[in-house]
Amino acid sequence: MRVAQTPFGLNFRDNRTRGILYQWLCVAGVAAAGLYLFGNVSQNLARQNIATGFSYLWREAGFVISQSPINYQPSDTYAKALLVGILNTIRVSILASIVATIIGTLVGIGRLSSNPLFARLMLLYVEALRNVPLLLLLFLSYAVIVTILPPVREALQLLPFVFLSNSGLAVPAVAWNIDHTIIAATLVAGCALAFGYARHLTHRRIESGADQARWPLIGVLVFGPGVLAWLILRPDLTFSLPEPGRFRLAGGTRLTPEFVALLVGLALSASANVAEIVRSGILSIRKGQREAAAALGLRPARIMRLVILPQALRVIIPPMTSAYLNVFKNSSLAIAIGYPDVVMVSNTTMNQTGQAIEPVALFMLVYLGLSITISLFMNWYNTRVALRQR
Amino acid sequence: MTANNVSLSPAPRYRPSLSLQGKLKPYFGSPGNSIITLGCVLVIAWAFRHVIDWLLLDAVFTGTPATCQKESGACWPFLVAKLRFMLFGFYPFQEQWRPLLCLFLFFGTCAAAMTPALWGRRLVLGAVFACAIIFWLMLGGSAGLSYVPTSKWGGLPLSFMLCVVGLVCAFPLGVLLALARASQLPAIRVLSVVFIELVRGVPLISILFMASVMLPLFLPSGLNIDNLLRAQVAIVLFAAAYIAEVVRGGLQALPKGQAEAASAMGLHYWQTMRLIVLPQALKIVIPPLVSLFIGFFQDTTLVTIVGLLDFLDTVRAAMRDPQWQGIAVLEGYVFAAVVYLIFSAIMGAYSRFLERRFRVGHD
Repeated sequence: MRVAQTPFGLNFRDNRTRGILYQWLCVAGVAAAGLYLFGNVSQNLARQNIATGFSYLWREAGFVISQSPINYQPSDTYAKALLVGILNTIRVSILASIVATIIGTLVGIGRLSSNPLFARLMLLYVEALRNVPLLLLLFLSYAVIVTILPPVREALQLLPFVFLSNSGLAVPAVAWNIDHTIIAATLVAGCALAFGYARHLTHRRIESGADQARWPLIGVLVFGPGVLAWLILRPDLTFSLPEPGRFRLAGGTRLTPEFVALLVGLALSASANVAEIVRSGILSIRKGQREAAAALGLRPARIMRLVILPQALRVIIPPMTSAYLNVFKNSSLAIAIGYPDVVMVSNTTMNQTGQAIEPVALFMLVYLGLSITISLFMNWYNTRVALRQR
Repeated sequence: MTANNVSLSPAPRYRPSLSLQGKLKPYFGSPGNSIITLGCVLVIAWAFRHVIDWLLLDAVFTGTPATCQKESGACWPFLVAKLRFMLFGFYPFQEQWRPLLCLFLFFGTCAAAMTPALWGRRLVLGAVFACAIIFWLMLGGSAGLSYVPTSKWGGLPLSFMLCVVGLVCAFPLGVLLALARASQLPAIRVLSVVFIELVRGVPLISILFMASVMLPLFLPSGLNIDNLLRAQVAIVLFAAAYIAEVVRGGLQALPKGQAEAASAMGLHYWQTMRLIVLPQALKIVIPPLVSLFIGFFQDTTLVTIVGLLDFLDTVRAAMRDPQWQGIAVLEGYVFAAVVYLIFSAIMGAYSRFLERRFRVGHD
């Protein structure tokens, strides 16, 4: 059989040849578009006399950031301002995730309540929050804080030493020093020790069947190092408590209205998503599992811990990862109400330096990097709890 | 042979109790349950009282900003005075019948597009035609209609337009990206994975920023793209990446045998996809797609940050009106929330309807 003569000795009727050709065409197309755009950019930048490069990062920023977890002055560099923005983003995202997880789990379980009235109420909560745009929720909570809440003089007292007013939330603060850090570190180390010891005990029980009471020693391991460090260092523990004064609250830490509004908006909208995730996770466990565990003689708490939760977590974790990622990405809406997160700092930088590409590229990189870190961590956790299959 | 003698009577049917005692049982069955019920009733009563107070009892129905300032309740005159502005923004007052007509056209087209009996090639053509008419009505400049630049567009028509046009353009792009991601050609797969993950890894705001600030730098000098179009392009790219991930779920759920059988029948790649794989895969992902669309309708609010006057922004602009500033602080937001709530709830109900319709019954 004769093979048809083809140009360049290639047989275009062959699927593999065509596949390679398509790929080359595709890559070449993308590369050409990229080169074209890059050419335009360098031409435009040169024509408009816009500086390029990241050297602006080391110049003086000169703008005020209303709140910052680290010490920041307007005379610091743009790089430090950016760092403050990143820390602010991380702080509000983590806090909102924690609050959303707690509320969402409770609401999700509440939606499965046998009491129809309570279940309906929880459904109403979820539906109301899911059907309103987050940005609107942020504006609304900011408006409520700034215009509806009383002024500082008549601040609402939510808890002892927690005051809410139109200039934000005032909470107690500890005068933190190096001793406290050391004690916190020893507590973390104690938890790690206890965790390792518990694993060792479980391992031994599986190997040899020898079981022993574990809670006393684990308790000692968790708290022992911390208490010991406390006794050695004897740090002075001075709480700074907010006290209502004549014109303002004295003492404590003041959280700005922007921060509180962003936290409330993010946490509420995420809690509705978390509630749905938790509910579907629990529903995915068949009734037989609980019944079989009960038939084996496990008590309700152990049924939850040993049978239901490990299986429900498998279903819950992947969507929970994207819920946390969404909180993190949605925190970028902070710019709408003026909370100095990474986007807002970049925006100010952009306006001051006139450089558009570098700041936007930087904060996109920050989001991308943190997104990938979070999803890697959650994937690692997911493989740990995933069903082991052959 | 005792086993054969066991008579198999059907299980007794569950009959919900009709007595008052039976009906109250889920609410007051146990002490704990009674406490929960009472607590819920208290919460509902408290919320109800405050809402009624604010909406009706303490509210002002007619009057000026001054009368509103005295009362603590809702300020209805604000809504009446500002309704047209909130709906249509800075669109010339005399010409506002045009966006209103567009809104009705939009609703009609959406209602048609949401009826499964009408799905087909004709509907697509009809929708494109309707979009063209809407665009022409809004822009004007011919046939006796005065020209209205896009910078004057605003309000609810703009929100709908950003969402609907964005999704209509993003859908084919998203399907193509999903196919590329499932492709066996490594270079094409890598390119689409990189695009999808890049877009999904960053917030929508950053893409809008890129479109509004960086895009002008990427284009040859002299070519100037309208601000509205830039935001629209950003929304299309963003939506496409998310649609691609949803469609990928459908592609993965489809047994491999379908595509293999199709190629064994002699269909080439595009025929296999168009006739065999996509119709089945897309049917699976209709419910998640609809909930994605609800999310995008809400996400169009972010364009206010790059300076477009969508519905949320016109509401805010109405509240900043010097005449009403500081008087109607919540009314506008509550009104906007109700509008978004209604549209999202309609879409949610539609999604549940589709889920029932497309459930492949095995149970």
